[in-house]
Amino acid sequence: MSGVRVLVGTRKGAFVLTADGKRDRWEVSGPHFAGWEIYHVKGSPADPNRIYASQSSGWHGQVIQRSNDGGKTWEPGGNKFVYDGVPGTHQWYDGTPHPWEFKRVWHLEPSLADAETVYAGVEDAALFRSTDGGASWQELPGLRGHGSGPHWQPGAGGMCLHTIILDPSNPARMYIAISAAGAFRTDDGGATWKPINRGLYSKYIPDPNAEVGHCVHHVAMHPARPGVLFMQKHWDVMRSDDAGDSWHEVSGNLPTDFGFVIDVHAHEPETIYVVPIKSDSEHYVPDGKLQVFRSRTGGNEWEGLSDGLPQQDCYVDVLRDAMSVDALDSCGIYFGTTGGQVYVSPDSGDHWTAIVRDLPPVLSVEVQTLK
Amino acid sequence: MIRVVLPAHLRTLARIGGEVELEVAGPVTQRSVLDALETRYPMLQGTLRDHVTKKRRDFVRFFACEEDWSHESADAPLPAAVAEGREPFLVVGAIAGG
Repeated sequence: MSGVRVLVGTRKGAFVLTADGKRDRWEVSGPHFAGWEIYHVKGSPADPNRIYASQSSGWHGQVIQRSNDGGKTWEPGGNKFVYDGVPGTHQWYDGTPHPWEFKRVWHLEPSLADAETVYAGVEDAALFRSTDGGASWQELPGLRGHGSGPHWQPGAGGMCLHTIILDPSNPARMYIAISAAGAFRTDDGGATWKPINRGLYSKYIPDPNAEVGHCVHHVAMHPARPGVLFMQKHWDVMRSDDAGDSWHEVSGNLPTDFGFVIDVHAHEPETIYVVPIKSDSEHYVPDGKLQVFRSRTGGNEWEGLSDGLPQQDCYVDVLRDAMSVDALDSCGIYFGTTGGQVYVSPDSGDHWTAIVRDLPPVLSVEVQTLK
Repeated sequence: MIRVVLPAHLRTLARIGGEVELEVAGPVTQRSVLDALETRYPMLQGTLRDHVTKKRRDFVRFFACEEDWSHESADAPLPAAVAEGREPFLVVGAIAGG
């Protein structure tokens, strides 16, 4: 019997939500790592029982947890994230040089082929890799060593590397995104990187051709079309058809094009989802109504989806890693809110129900489709 | 035998039920106690002090015999009562945030 396992990271612990393929009856386990911030939890495509979790706190820093049994039990891995060589400086909020300082892991991306290999996107922005199941970590210094590194500047949430996308058709190609430096691509397995921000326009950057400095919130890709990328920027929903070499705006008729999440339907590469947020100073949904917007045309033409979602007095946000899709025949869409709800639509967004309503603020949602 | 009391989150992380009892070779100092603690429980590395510099994390404090030792030299001898196991060495999460 097929089923799904939803991995939820929150401000105060991790939760594992499981259901069969109908996705109408759920078992909830957790909190795991109670009291700690869980920025991200993600399973290995190569071995679904292998799950990695980023656990952190202001008191005790970073911990990496690993499960070998689908999230039932966990063991701590290595947490020594040390920048390669002399860390150097990036720009601080006031434009002065500021030393690179490790703060936390925002995103864990397990290898598509090897359960022992996992990438970590960290704050201050850098990319690390473990090839021993999370026991030890080495930086891929070519990214931070890109000539633009000293000009990177933190966004309001910190200078975080929050998105890592592995190209299933080309093991040497990988995409990452940093707030507020922008998106980057490697075509040589992480040795060298190029900024891929041409076509992004950010009104607070005087130079319209600025190579870096864009506040990219999230990027999504359909595995069948790895050259097509969709981006939720600070403002603007963007699309690239050439692996990020150029971007064009597809915000179309969205009520607001500020937001954090963006994702792609599992079986329809032109069907994409966003959750518009009112503005960069009002981080909640517009008009007290929670709506997911779906485009079946790869952008520009959007429809609001609200069946089962609160349509009055709702003022939640949906953070950048808090949306995911399953790969069942009827594609399930999932997202979590800062109000502690995790919603599921088992029919591509047409109807929604809350799996749980009262978790701590949700930081991340990932789904595993189980055979 | 040195007695060490950890905050609840670190006891959970290291799967420790109560106080930790450690054998410490040589002078009993913050550094030697923490070195012994991290050797016994490697998952605590980085949660009390920086991996590389060994600087105390900002929101971690060290107490012994009702005195705050957080700002003392890591190599200063701890009180005899701690070295003799009559009093515990306390690792405390600072009261900061929620």
